[in-house]
Amino acid sequence: MGFSPGSIEKLEEMKNKALEKINSLQEKTVVMVGTATCGKAAGAIEVREALKEEIESKGVDAQVIEVGCMGHCYPEPLIVISKPGFPALCYGDLDEGLAKRLVNDFLIEDDPCFDYALVALEPNEYFPAFTDFPRGVYEKKIILENCGFIDPEDIDHYLAKDGYEGLSKSLEMNPEEVIAIIKDSKLRGRGGAGFPAGTKWEICRSISNGNNTEKYVICNADEGDPGAFMDRSILESNPHQVIEGLIIAGYAGGASRGYMYVRSEYPQAVRRVRTAIEQAREKKLLGDNILGSNFSFDIEVFEGSGAFVCGEETALINSMEGKMGVPKHRPPFPASQGFRLNPTIINNVKTLSYVPYIIRKGADWFKGIGTEESPGTAVFALVGKIDFTGLVEVPMGTSLQNLIYDVGGGVPQEKNFKAVQIGGPSGGCLPEDLMDSPIDFDSLQKAGAIMGSGGLVVLNEDDCMVEIARYFLDFTQKESCGLCTFCRLGTKHMLDILEKITRGKGDFDSLKILQELAEDVKKGSLCGLGKTAPNPVLTTLRYFEEEYKAHIEEGRCPALMCIDLIAFYILPEKCSKLCSACMGPCPTDAIYTRDDGLKAVDQEKCVKCNSCLVACPPEYNAVIKLSPPELVKEKERENS
Amino acid sequence: MELLEGEREEILNKVNEIVKGYDDNRENLIPILQKVQMGIGYLPLLAQEKIAEALNIPPVDVYGLATFYNQFRLNPPGKHQVQVCMGTACHMIGGQIIMDSFERRLEIEEGETTSDREFSLERVACVGCCAIAPVVVINDFVEGKVSPLRVDGIMLQLQEGKEDSNSLEGEAEDKSPEEKNERGNQE
Ligand SMILES: Cc1cc2nc3c(=O)[nH]c(=O)nc-3n(C[C@H](O)[C@H](O)[C@H](O)COP(=O)(O)O)c2cc1C
Ligand code: FES
Repeated sequence: MGFSPGSIEKLEEMKNKALEKINSLQEKTVVMVGTATCGKAAGAIEVREALKEEIESKGVDAQVIEVGCMGHCYPEPLIVISKPGFPALCYGDLDEGLAKRLVNDFLIEDDPCFDYALVALEPNEYFPAFTDFPRGVYEKKIILENCGFIDPEDIDHYLAKDGYEGLSKSLEMNPEEVIAIIKDSKLRGRGGAGFPAGTKWEICRSISNGNNTEKYVICNADEGDPGAFMDRSILESNPHQVIEGLIIAGYAGGASRGYMYVRSEYPQAVRRVRTAIEQAREKKLLGDNILGSNFSFDIEVFEGSGAFVCGEETALINSMEGKMGVPKHRPPFPASQGFRLNPTIINNVKTLSYVPYIIRKGADWFKGIGTEESPGTAVFALVGKIDFTGLVEVPMGTSLQNLIYDVGGGVPQEKNFKAVQIGGPSGGCLPEDLMDSPIDFDSLQKAGAIMGSGGLVVLNEDDCMVEIARYFLDFTQKESCGLCTFCRLGTKHMLDILEKITRGKGDFDSLKILQELAEDVKKGSLCGLGKTAPNPVLTTLRYFEEEYKAHIEEGRCPALMCIDLIAFYILPEKCSKLCSACMGPCPTDAIYTRDDGLKAVDQEKCVKCNSCLVACPPEYNAVIKLSPPELVKEKERENS
Repeated sequence: MELLEGEREEILNKVNEIVKGYDDNRENLIPILQKVQMGIGYLPLLAQEKIAEALNIPPVDVYGLATFYNQFRLNPPGKHQVQVCMGTACHMIGGQIIMDSFERRLEIEEGETTSDREFSLERVACVGCCAIAPVVVINDFVEGKVSPLRVDGIMLQLQEGKEDSNSLEGEAEDKSPEEKNERGNQE
């Protein structure tokens, strides 16, 4: 295999055609509707249909296209209207009514309804743009740049944005030169561990190909963190970027076959990836002699069957071979002995997404972003008690403070921030004091969390730290493949202890055992699942020990969250005889009217579902939670 | 679970039709299981035995896999599939309360199907809509900001049938059988 002059020209031709099409599209009005899973859940399909109907019935010359996720999930459904003569404007919280109104007022009448607009895409003199907000200042988009702004099901959109230029450029180099660039860029794997991608590729390439052993590249899109959705969103919004990265990895590593390992729970991502592969084949960007070179490569989709441990690379390979997804001892690492015992490169969706940009813009450009040891950006799914939930991309080294308060808008409803959970089941909970920590692989590890794959959950005063530790341990315990004793039994024992604590039945001895077990499981487990499973427990013990103590000593849950340690109570001094708003929603008829006409909770019947608290009108705010539950009796005595 | 009359035939036909498309390489096992589940809705023992035969592997290997992976069901799903998100964001905002509400209403536990096979109840990990937590997925249709009261509403809607058919019966677009087949048949 050598380098192949001519591929750049071939791609140039393709790009020009794509540009022609996109430009002529842009001469007209275009309405982009975000129909990634998040948009759809919020009602994007109804909005799209309403737009199409109105546009058709009024005979407007405009086109509705579907795009992925812009990362702003809080005001979904979102649309962007770009009409010649106006700045491209983004509208949120759309419903069918507003959609129709925008067609009539803006598309037909030239009134952009600024009242409903959220933001403009580019700076202009009429309306604030992304860059006018703190989020726009701190964010630096590389791999999310095109997400939400191109049609993921039309390859021409990607081509028009310089798509596949990383590939054509690579094909005019030797594979060794491609590896050198990636090594020089210090790109680290975004699947969790942060291993240098270039080194992995080099190992795979270096294994002698004498007996014609096939080599493979696999994109890990198993995304196991139960609270995150970065990889899915990227696949749904810009699948070609990942495919291009995978082809380049194949070229560099000397592979002729690639696999996209996508969870089957992500049907829309699977579908969009399949469409993208098909389109890439049609354009000869996949298949025999890519872009006229002597490099041939093709990609298959493998649908993962939903086991967290299959995100681990050796378990993933086992599952592709039709076996149970249990990890193997490493070394040998997959790069030297992987799928079908052949050299195999496995990289995360995000890692591969950076590759085309690095090849196009150079290693120095990439190193200019982020920190010395962790160059580039970090992508997070920002969720929980935060204003602007969604996907964000910031330079490595940004502080948690900036990420949560400036990019994420802080904690809503004037509640107090408590902690941030980073890295999902393998990560940890960091308290307010550590908000200055920069986000990069090494700093987070030092604090007890991990970079992980990008899940970031903000917790406030209403969230119980013992409960979140229990939640993650419950998850890892169920997902433990059972291969090694420490992981199988250790996590079970830890979970038992945590469950007792959240029920108010814990004691200080068991707290000590919990700590010891956590250390043992960390040391004694074979794969990363067990090695990291104790992290949520260890960090909460380290930073929030007083919450554990309150549960154990007083049977009290300070966050008023643990069901067994709280009771619902209606304050007679606040309750009104004229109101019975709480009674209807109660699923177990636990609320009764007292002789004096006020309402009260029958503690025997109450299932603590929170419905009455939500239903009580704000002018009364009479329903409260008490912990420990015995306080109810005290209150009742006081009031009688 | 006892097979109903005629089900045996149906299962055998379906499995035969699916395994025909594959050679007896073990690597095909998961894709075959996925397709059979898509076709029948679950993996009855009978189907597992037939698959083992076709791939020339012991049935226990097939069973092992079918129980190892969360995706596979060993019991038939309900006509209406209720999935409650238990991802981190949903859990922290009360996903368990929603799960409890469904368990109470349906009188089954998480992971079970009602005896009339009308409803099944499952947990799912983050469906990517944390912004509108807590989330439930009813027949592939995602609904956000669900309260225990809304659970009653959802159940009423499902039980009363098709009045509000396009809202809870899933998006036509995502669920058309052709589309599902199309997905299944590509390799
Ligand atoms: C329990 C466990 C789960 C994992 N889950 C994922 C995952 O969902 N996605 C992923 O890319 N990597 C996951 N990994 C990391 C992979 O083993 C592997 O390191 C990664 O895919 C390599 O790609 P990268 O170098 O691009 O990060 C997981 C590891 C462990 C131990
Ligand atoms: S945690 Fe439920 S949708 Fe993300």
